[in-house]
Amino acid sequence: MAGSRFRIGEDPDYVPIGRRLLLLNWTLVLLIAALSGIGFAMLYSAANGSLQPWAERQMMRFAVGAALMIIIAVTDIRVWLKLAYFSYFVALILLVAVEIKGDIGMGAQRWINLGFFQLQPSELMKISLVLALARYFHGLTTEDVGRIPLLIPPILMVLAPSALVLRQPDLGTTLLLIAGGGVIFWLAGVRIWKFALVLGTALAAIPIGWQFLREYQKNRVLTFLNPENDPLGAGYHITQSKIALGSGGLFGKGFMLGSQSHLNFLPEKQTDFIFTMLGEEFGLVGGMALLGLYALVITYGYVIALRCQNQFGRLVAIGVTSTFFLYVFINIAMVMGLIPVVGVPLPLVSYGGTVMMTILVSFGLLMSVSIHRDIRISRQGNDDGRN
Amino acid sequence: MWHRDSDRFRLFTRRALMLGAGKGVLLTGLAARMYYLQVLESDRYQTLADENRISHRLLPPPRGLVTDRFGAPLAVNRQNYHIMIVREQTPDVRRTLEILDQIIELGPDTIERVERDAARRRSFVPVTVRDNLTWDEVARVGVNAPDLPGLIIDAGRSRDYPEGPHLAHTLGYVAAVSEKELTGDPLLELPGFTIGKSGVEKVYDLALRGTAGTSQVEVNALGRVIRELEREEGDSGNTVVMTLDLELQRYTNQRLSDQESAAAVVMDIHNGEVLALSSHPAYDPNAFTNGISHKLWNSLVNNPYAPLSNKAVNGTYAPGSTFKMCVALAGLEAGIISPNQKFFCNGHLDLGNARFHCWKRGGHGWMNMHDSIKHSCDVYYYEISQKIGIDRIAAMANKLGLGEDTGIDLPNERSGLIPTKDWKEIQLGKRWQGGETLIASIGQGYVLATPLQLCTMTARLASGKAVRPHLTRDNVTPEGVTSRQAEEFPELQVSRANLARIRDAMNGVTNELRGTGHGARIAIKGMEMAGKSGTSQVRRITMRERQTTGVLDNNDLPWKYRDHALFVAFAPVDNPRYACSVVVEHGGGGSSVAGPIVRDLLLKAQELQSARQGISAADQPNSANLRRNPAHSDQDEG
Repeated sequence: MAGSRFRIGEDPDYVPIGRRLLLLNWTLVLLIAALSGIGFAMLYSAANGSLQPWAERQMMRFAVGAALMIIIAVTDIRVWLKLAYFSYFVALILLVAVEIKGDIGMGAQRWINLGFFQLQPSELMKISLVLALARYFHGLTTEDVGRIPLLIPPILMVLAPSALVLRQPDLGTTLLLIAGGGVIFWLAGVRIWKFALVLGTALAAIPIGWQFLREYQKNRVLTFLNPENDPLGAGYHITQSKIALGSGGLFGKGFMLGSQSHLNFLPEKQTDFIFTMLGEEFGLVGGMALLGLYALVITYGYVIALRCQNQFGRLVAIGVTSTFFLYVFINIAMVMGLIPVVGVPLPLVSYGGTVMMTILVSFGLLMSVSIHRDIRISRQGNDDGRN
Repeated sequence: MWHRDSDRFRLFTRRALMLGAGKGVLLTGLAARMYYLQVLESDRYQTLADENRISHRLLPPPRGLVTDRFGAPLAVNRQNYHIMIVREQTPDVRRTLEILDQIIELGPDTIERVERDAARRRSFVPVTVRDNLTWDEVARVGVNAPDLPGLIIDAGRSRDYPEGPHLAHTLGYVAAVSEKELTGDPLLELPGFTIGKSGVEKVYDLALRGTAGTSQVEVNALGRVIRELEREEGDSGNTVVMTLDLELQRYTNQRLSDQESAAAVVMDIHNGEVLALSSHPAYDPNAFTNGISHKLWNSLVNNPYAPLSNKAVNGTYAPGSTFKMCVALAGLEAGIISPNQKFFCNGHLDLGNARFHCWKRGGHGWMNMHDSIKHSCDVYYYEISQKIGIDRIAAMANKLGLGEDTGIDLPNERSGLIPTKDWKEIQLGKRWQGGETLIASIGQGYVLATPLQLCTMTARLASGKAVRPHLTRDNVTPEGVTSRQAEEFPELQVSRANLARIRDAMNGVTNELRGTGHGARIAIKGMEMAGKSGTSQVRRITMRERQTTGVLDNNDLPWKYRDHALFVAFAPVDNPRYACSVVVEHGGGGSSVAGPIVRDLLLKAQELQSARQGISAADQPNSANLRRNPAHSDQDEG
């Protein structure tokens, strides 16, 4: 076993901090930096060639987030295992707290103002849910996973925060939580027919759930189904986004030359629709390059997961990678008119501090999994493999 | 132990690879969608993006100029400065306006209006603060520009008539397009665009208008103009050269200005060119260009002398004795009377129970055709008209251009009225009465004619040709201006000998002793005129009035009951060139009031002609050179 090379004190798997930094996936860090760099460039363009008001702040956030990412990466994976449930409950309590008393922003209660930082508990929950579910399934054998009573706690762990986030209301995050949770269930080995059953039930419940949607959410779905219905209202965003992308053509209109973006026909170009702007200015070539970078990062996540020797690490790795994938897919599919506008940003590229933090923290966890891939962890969460 | 873990690791790996494959499929789907949008549908979206960002704006073309026959400007375009404010470029709209108020007078109402307008519009849309700035004001604002952020001085064009009221009726005026006049041409919907509303400006509006240029500008989602992409200048309107002689026109106006209400026309009998056309009183067409005030409009409309009406073509008057040439010529042509056949005038003629009076109490004695015109004897015409009949008289009147449009290039021409038996049957449903022929034979009753028709009649008598009047040197069509072919008018189909007899009789009126127009003769050799006076009654003289007070003198009557004074003439007698008609509304006697005006106009026309004969033809501006000359299209008076 690989961990035997560095045996210090009681812990057979202890890795010195310097060694951990060497083991850090610098290629992945480089990819993340490249994606963020593209983001800075697009934000610079969105501000008509100015670092203000977006690019500079985004850079500062990236610097802080990247430091946090490295710290998390070099922290022992077992620390994160131990903190998994705790962080889940903290996130859950905070979600309840915003439900009770939250600042009103964009028609949705999503933030807790901590004075120096706008904490968004739903973002914290995205990571905590993956950690908590990974911890839970880490403790189950293949046979255990087949027992339905044992699946009830993790289902509740997914549904509780999802319901709270939906009430805020934040449809995008709810979808991310449910899909992210589902991925862990899938990887843990839950039978396919059970998924089919849940999916069938969910589809049957759509008419009921429809009534809980806010008016604007209903409009978004209806507009998605028929965008020409309302070209100057809710359909305007998607129509203009498609015009911008399509007019970009193969090679685009050139950096800072996107007419749709710079003449403000494109809404929210610095946040949700930043991919459209990139597609307009750099064309199919630019869009494909960005998509390729994302595919590389996701593949990297899979490589890390498959090389990991503990179930917790594997689940966390694919869990955060899948959340990342979902961000990318939902955002790009949305701006290209494939799915309704749900308000999910493009990770690392869109302007916004909270999402940047969430993504970098989750990459920190992914790297932590990678650095500590050889540590074996017992089902009970002990650091030996002797049971 | 490990083997159990390896069991679930295998499951994990399998499931992870399935999941990864699923993600691969979804990402490929995104790539395919991107390819569809950016390659397959790219052209369509490129077009849509251009439609979004490119806005086409019309550039109004400069309106064509109007000049007199020698190129003197009659209607031009003047630079018009207006001052505008852009809200987003000034820190405080009110403060800026208050500073401006100290430089050029605005008044609190204007400040309030501008502030309100600016607040309502988008912040980058300029709001007009004041129109029609003088050059002095422009300079003062310009000097203080640093204190006036957000103010723009913009130069537009507005129509200007340098002669003011002198040609108001002929030129007409331009004004903003009304709802009814919209044809779908987007040019007409441009704010501030003006079109011809009357006169030549209206008749030749399309030729004068020109074609609009376009400017392609890039706009953002709010409609703000970012930059101009392309600009295509339009074509300015055609220059229209009038047949009018500005100098003669001015003189005509001046000659009429002593009268309360009058009209005059001077025409070249060879080609029908109208040299002067005047209707008094007039108005200043410049008042209409930027919107006429309510007060001024009301005063024009309510003025009893109808300054807005062009009486030369829209005013119809009983021609009175000027109609007698028609009746005499009809009689001669029909062979019903011979030139020397005499009729006795004892001052009146009885027909049935009615008595028809001659203007001269006691009568003229024996009259032949020549003397009847020279002395304007009414009884002679009562006698011959009974023999000729109204329909023959009407046919001759039509031949001479009465009772039908002359076809002058002016709007709202009236055709007057020459009655016939059929006309009365159809229009009034009554039979023609014999007495009505007598009344018509002295140009009274139903007979009505415009001053322009009377001038045309005179020109036809003088030339023997079916002269038609017109106002432009060239053929002006909406497509453009082409040289007018020298027009050969058809012969009148009237015996030359009879025409000569009529002309000789008209010569008698002015140039023979005791002719009614002798006092208004031109005494200069070679320039003499031949004419005919007319005094047409507008009220009925009752038997009672004749018996008690006698026929009341005009000066004892209110203005609107006084007789119309008319006079028509041509000159020179030997080789006629010019025809002229003058009508003075309620002016009194034709020979005493209208005659001297005609004399002066014909004399002036001939003097101007001989003065200009010194100038060689080559020196005269060729009308063709004036057309489409860009140097003329903008007359800056700033």
